[in-house]
Amino acid sequence: MLIKINIEKCTGCATCVNVCPFGAIIIKEDKAFITESCTLCGACVESCSEGAIIDARDKEVEKPKDFKGVWIFAEQSQGKIASVAYELLGIGRKLADELKSELCAVLFGNSDEVQELIKWGADKVYYVNSPDYICLDDELYSKTLVKLVNDYKPEIMLAGATAIGRSFIPRVAAKLRVGLTADCTGLEIDKETGNLLQIRPAFGGNIMATIVSPNSRPQIATVRPRVMKRGEYNPERKGEIIEVEPLKPSGRIKILERVEDTSFCKVNLQDAKVIVSGGRGIGGPEGFKALWELANLLGGTVGASRAAVDEGWIPYAHQVGQTGKTVCPKLYIACGISGAVQHLVGMQSSDIIVAINKDPNAPIFNIATYGIVGDVKIILPLLIKKIQEGVSL
Amino acid sequence: MRIIVCIKQVPDVTEVKIDPKTNTLIREGVPSIMNPYDLHAIEAALELKEATVGKVTAITMGPPQAEEVLREAISMGVDDAILLTDRRFAGADTWATAYTLSMAARKIGFDLIICGKQAIDGDTAQVGPEMAEFLNIPHVSYVRKIHNVSSQEMIIERLMDDCYEKIQVCLPALITVVKELNNPRPPSIRGKMAAKKAVIPRWNADDINAEEEKIGLKGSPTMVKNIFAPPPRGERRILEGSPEEQVDILLKELRRLGCL
Repeated sequence: MLIKINIEKCTGCATCVNVCPFGAIIIKEDKAFITESCTLCGACVESCSEGAIIDARDKEVEKPKDFKGVWIFAEQSQGKIASVAYELLGIGRKLADELKSELCAVLFGNSDEVQELIKWGADKVYYVNSPDYICLDDELYSKTLVKLVNDYKPEIMLAGATAIGRSFIPRVAAKLRVGLTADCTGLEIDKETGNLLQIRPAFGGNIMATIVSPNSRPQIATVRPRVMKRGEYNPERKGEIIEVEPLKPSGRIKILERVEDTSFCKVNLQDAKVIVSGGRGIGGPEGFKALWELANLLGGTVGASRAAVDEGWIPYAHQVGQTGKTVCPKLYIACGISGAVQHLVGMQSSDIIVAINKDPNAPIFNIATYGIVGDVKIILPLLIKKIQEGVSL
Repeated sequence: MRIIVCIKQVPDVTEVKIDPKTNTLIREGVPSIMNPYDLHAIEAALELKEATVGKVTAITMGPPQAEEVLREAISMGVDDAILLTDRRFAGADTWATAYTLSMAARKIGFDLIICGKQAIDGDTAQVGPEMAEFLNIPHVSYVRKIHNVSSQEMIIERLMDDCYEKIQVCLPALITVVKELNNPRPPSIRGKMAAKKAVIPRWNADDINAEEEKIGLKGSPTMVKNIFAPPPRGERRILEGSPEEQVDILLKELRRLGCL
């Protein structure tokens, strides 16, 4: 066992029992005992005031050298660079300045917006301009990024925690045999070790964890959209665009068709600044009309609870929560949603939450910035009317 | 068609919380469940087996009690199940987990591997694509529909953030599935009996020829440095008054916060 209890020192206080996320420590004959469920996460080690937990896990070996620079992967869809790319440049610039290194962007596909990456903070852009890269080909994307990393050796690589980033970046990490942390909401440099501290929610957002990849480079993380702030936009900023030779696709996957039906293209929940969400309390599919109206007024989109999706009132693409999307808009308006934990874990990191529900005891009110106890069918039309009037004033 | 489904036993995360006062986990009575996405992976495998001819094997890596989810898989109709369990697997991050599962898949043999989109305890969605890389096969994430399947290839739909894509993928391949794909069947009586009787083989690191330095904590490039409670939400306020008044206050507040 790599984590052990020093029986001599253990006082049986059970502090570690409560700290263990996996229930792997029990008290046996007044001493702590580590069971088979231990995952060696190490959460218990620091909790012991007696120093009775022995941590024999691998300590830091010598870090790989010669890795320098912060890289971000700038994803595009139909030639338009995703807003998460500019957010990555914002945090990437900060990290690069702290490490006194350069910030580079990687762009695949074809886009007129290459210069924008420089204006938003990139020193260099590695650009693979080829039609084969327009849609996500996981093998081609990962092979190309692996080659770039091997050629230029960046210290840190960030990508969006989007459908694209979360699908192909794992292949890159697997191939390079390096650490990858998913869906980070905070990134800092550890002043002592220079490691990247990667902060992310776990257990459905009920717990936050700081992850490090101490012995492998680059340190790779995907970053949750709409969490990081963009940096400074400077139209005068100069940088270098380096064209990179495209690789040949393996041909093992072929994208036959890209479908953007209308219900779909408006649904980009992860990018939305405002989400108006409906649950069982809105009464039926026609109830979503008012939600769309409000969402359009506020420049947002429409979400839904699992209950509304299961009833068939709205497609799954709109579902927010544990088995749907995780979102963090500036404003989340929950209409007729009671707030089952499965829903809350998908939206509780929104900046401002407004809840409208008939039931004053609905759990959604526990996390709502503003709660209105009332009937959605009365409140929503009023809200829409007043916003329209306000706009026309 | 030989199909492998990768499943995971997870704590029901909706029950996991941190005590804000002591910064420790409240874990009392947190049940273990099969990862909800994996039910959809199993259903997809069973439907494919029924449409073609084949065999479905469920695998999981975990402590001995993870056998429970394999029995649940058998009760739904999976043909057999294998538990990858070994003290040396402990402390695995996604890299080491994907390596371990891929070594087992290699030993079993397959045309298709199906995983749930992600597990709800870690929410990384990394193990599936990482396995595909280790096995040098193509993968398609977030599959929401399966159209045609032959012995050579399949035509499926992938759910992206702003669209969906119809994709042709050569076999052998790996897919990860979203909930929209299907409705998992409940266990049948016959399945429950089979699950009770089934002898589930246990494989350790040697059984799958895994290299010692690529499994468990040793094989994991990432480490958990610490855990803490999420920052508490700011002020909460229930708005008073008539509907009209409530809406007025709300709009005033939203304007103040720059939301309108």
